[in-house]
Amino acid sequence: MLQTTSYITLLAQAAPVTGGATRLSLVAGLTIFVLAIFVGFEIIRKIPPTLHTPLMSGSNAISGITVVGAMLAAGADLPWFGTLLGTVAVVLAMINVVGGFLVTHRMLQMFRRKD
Amino acid sequence: MDKSSLINLTYLVSAVLFILALKGMTHPRTAVQGNLSGALGMLLAIGATFVDPQTFEYAWIVVGLVLGSILGAVLAVRVQMIAMPQMVALLNGFGGGASMLVAGAELFKASPPATAEAVAMVASGLIGTVTFTGSLVAFAKLQEICFSKPLAFQGQQAANALLAAAALGFGAVVVANPEYGWAYLAVVVLASVLGVLLVAPIGGADMPVVIALLNSYSGLAAAATGFVLGNSVLIIAGSLVGASGVILTQIMCKAMNRSLTNVLFGRMQAALAGSPADDVYGGRVKSATADDIAILFESARRVVIVPGYGLAVAQAQHAVRELAGLLEARGTEVEYAIHPVAGRMPGHMNVLLAEADVPYEKLKEMDEINPSFAETDVALVIGANDVVNPLARTDPKSPIAGMPILNVDQARTVVVIKRSLSPGFAGIPNPLFAMDNTLMYFADGKKAVLDLAAAVKSL
Repeated sequence: MLQTTSYITLLAQAAPVTGGATRLSLVAGLTIFVLAIFVGFEIIRKIPPTLHTPLMSGSNAISGITVVGAMLAAGADLPWFGTLLGTVAVVLAMINVVGGFLVTHRMLQMFRRKD
Repeated sequence: MDKSSLINLTYLVSAVLFILALKGMTHPRTAVQGNLSGALGMLLAIGATFVDPQTFEYAWIVVGLVLGSILGAVLAVRVQMIAMPQMVALLNGFGGGASMLVAGAELFKASPPATAEAVAMVASGLIGTVTFTGSLVAFAKLQEICFSKPLAFQGQQAANALLAAAALGFGAVVVANPEYGWAYLAVVVLASVLGVLLVAPIGGADMPVVIALLNSYSGLAAAATGFVLGNSVLIIAGSLVGASGVILTQIMCKAMNRSLTNVLFGRMQAALAGSPADDVYGGRVKSATADDIAILFESARRVVIVPGYGLAVAQAQHAVRELAGLLEARGTEVEYAIHPVAGRMPGHMNVLLAEADVPYEKLKEMDEINPSFAETDVALVIGANDVVNPLARTDPKSPIAGMPILNVDQARTVVVIKRSLSPGFAGIPNPLFAMDNTLMYFADGKKAVLDLAAAVKSL
C-alpha cells in the first residue's frame, strides 16, 4: 500500500517532455523496477516446468520491448551514425519480438489437448 | 486528454498485457491466449511509440520494423524444435545487442545525459554487450559451429576480472563526461571480449544454465535501457524477463546440484574420481533383445519412460509415442519421467515430446514421479545416463553426489536403451547398468524403439 502511494506521487512529480511520453525520474523508475521484479517472481514461480521453454522464448519476445527505445532513436533528429545505430537496434529488437512470439505460438499449439 | 498521457496510458496497458502473458503461461490451457496478449501488448507499445511527437523521421523506423519482422518470422517458422536452445540463445543475443545500440544512440543526442542516465547507459551497454557476444558463443556451441570444446586457459578468471574492471573504469569516464563517445565504445569493446570469455569455457551439459542466465541478462539490459530513456514499459517488461531468467537459472542449478559460481567458473571434477568402469560393470551387465523386453511389457501394468537427450538426438520421439500407444492399447499405464536437465534448455524435452503428440498430462516432473517408481513394473530409460545414476544418492565422493536423480533403480525391472556403456557428461560409470534388475538393450535409440514396437505388436 505504502509502495503504491509513493509510486503514484513519484509519477506525478516526473517531468513531461514536450508532448511525448513522460520521462520518469530515477526514483520513479527504480520504484517500478523493484515492484515489477516482485510481480515477476510471484508469477513465474507458478509456471510448470513443462512450459519453461515457451516461457523463455515468450519472455524473450517481451524483452524485445527495447524496440520502443530503438524506434525513438531511429526516428530522432540525430547525426547519421546515431540513426544507423537506432535502425539496426529496431531490426534486432523486432527479430526478437516477431521471432519470439511466433515460435512460442508454434510450441504452445503442440501443448493443446488433443481430442 | 493530452497526447503524452495517452501514450503513457497505452504503455501501462502494454505492461499489464505482458504480466497477463506470463500469467497465462501458468497452465498449458491458457498459455496460447497468454502469448497472444503479450503480442497485443507489444503491438500497442509500438503503435504508441509510432505516434510519439518526439519522432522526427519515420522512414528508418519502418525499414527496421519491416526487415526485423521478416527475419524474425523466417527464423520462427523454420527452426526445428530440437534447435530451440540455439534459437533462444540467438534471440537473447539480439535483445542484448539492441539495448546496447539504443544506449549508444543516446550519445548522439544534442543534450548530454544527466548522471543517472549516463549510469544507466553504461549498464545497458555493458550488460547488453555481454549478452550479445555471450549468446553468440552459446549459439555457436549449440549449433556446433565452433567453441564446441570448452575453451579454458590459465588465469582466465583474472583476465575476466581485469576486463570487467577496465570496462567499469571506462564506464566511469562516460558518467563523468557523457560527451566522450570513445569511452562508451571502449566499454562496448571490452564487454564484447568479456562476453566471449565468460561463455567459452562452459561445457555443453551446462548450457541450460547459461541460456537461462543470458535470458535474464537480456531482460536486465532492456530494463537498463528503460532507465536511459526514463520509459516505464521498458523497465517493467525488462524486469519481468530478468526475474524469469533468474528463477530458471536457479531451477537448472538445483537440478544439476551445482552453484551458479561453480557452473560459471568451476569445472566438473576430473573423471578419474570414483571406481573404474571395469570394477563397476565386470561381467554383471545383462544384455537383452527386443523380444525379451516385449515379454516383460506383456505382464507390466505400469511402465515409465525416461527420455534423455540421446532420445532427442536419435529423433526417436515419434517412435516412443507409438510404442506407448501400443502398450496403452494393451491396458498398460504409461507415463514419462522428465528430469529438469533432460534437454538442452529448461523444458526442452517436454516440447520435443509434445511435438510428437505426447499429451502433456503424461509428462511428469521428477518430484512427482519419483515416489511411484517402487510401483512401476518397467522403467524404460532411453538415452539418459547421469540423471538416473544411483551414485548421486549413495556415493558422497562421486562428482554427482547429491544431484537430484530419477530413482529408476527402484522399479521392478529397468530396461536401458543405449548404444554402449560409455559414460555421460559426468564421465563416471553408472552402477544402474550392472544391477540385478537391469537389462541393457544396446542399439541406436530410434531403431531400438521401433524394434520394440514391432515385438510388442507380434505378441
